[in-house]
Amino acid sequence: MTTQPAEAPEHGDAEQGHADHGHTEHEAGHHDHPSELEYIKVAAILAAITLAEVAVYYVKSLEGLLVPILLVFSTIKFAIVALWFMHLRFDSRLFRRLFVTGILLATFVYTIVLATFHRF
Amino acid sequence: MAVTTSEGTHTEGSNTDSGEGHPATSTGLSNEKVAMWAFLGSECLLFGALISTFLLFKGRPSVPGTPTPKELFDIPYTSVSSFVLLMSSLTMVLALAAIQRGDQRRLRIWLLTTALLGATFVGGQAYEFTVFTREGLNLRTNLFGSSFYVLTGFHGAHVTIGVLMLLSLFSLSVKGRLPTERAETVELVGLYWHFVDVVWIAIFTLVYLIP
Repeated sequence: MTTQPAEAPEHGDAEQGHADHGHTEHEAGHHDHPSELEYIKVAAILAAITLAEVAVYYVKSLEGLLVPILLVFSTIKFAIVALWFMHLRFDSRLFRRLFVTGILLATFVYTIVLATFHRF
Repeated sequence: MAVTTSEGTHTEGSNTDSGEGHPATSTGLSNEKVAMWAFLGSECLLFGALISTFLLFKGRPSVPGTPTPKELFDIPYTSVSSFVLLMSSLTMVLALAAIQRGDQRRLRIWLLTTALLGATFVGGQAYEFTVFTREGLNLRTNLFGSSFYVLTGFHGAHVTIGVLMLLSLFSLSVKGRLPTERAETVELVGLYWHFVDVVWIAIFTLVYLIP
């Protein structure tokens, strides 16, 4: 008996996602990762952002803007590691969806918890 | 039962190679990798709970005479620890790149470097805990102490597990049991390792830097 797999639409998404990079999923599945030089450049950017975070922490004149600035820096670092080092930028969209679903669910649930206890 | 995918028809349960380093699956994706991402998604909820508990108790009136975060935190020291963990993510991807091109020697170097950087981070955390305990903050001192130790302790336990997995990979490579065809095993451990790194990125900002 021949059947279509239940996950077929996701596979299609994956193919579409990789098509954006000009490759099929088969090609992009494991072999479309960045070069070592690109990894080193990404790490240098992460190091620079970390340095900026610590520097901002000590600048008295930025005290009022400290929280939003630090949150932006942190989000950028998080995204860079997830997209480049964890290869979410290059791999199937299904992986991205699984991870982002976890993050969004956690953010949604715990924002409600903190709001309930008047922490905003 | 035969299953038709965009890559052709195969029999379920067979070990037909997909050509991507894993057996053929109905999604065309590695089942192990899908499982790892689902696991990491669920870990977001675990750490989300721990971080929000810390935020919930942060700033609450403390027991008089007990230390506060501002008195205890040594930002330059924790910044160096954070940098060490961040750079271990670089060495991890370099290990993956090495096995993917069949360079076993560099794979071992980068795996060992990543494990050493991870162990340095955990050692730094153990030292920090020792200092805090000497200053009078333990798990039962106040709400800050409880939530801080549980959050950072859970993260430290994750890093320790990661170090053990890296050392296992190193051992497999030395024994010649980690050929290029098993690059996905390194990738899966790498995903876990990068995850503990991104969790620390959030902890460093929310726990240490934001007053």
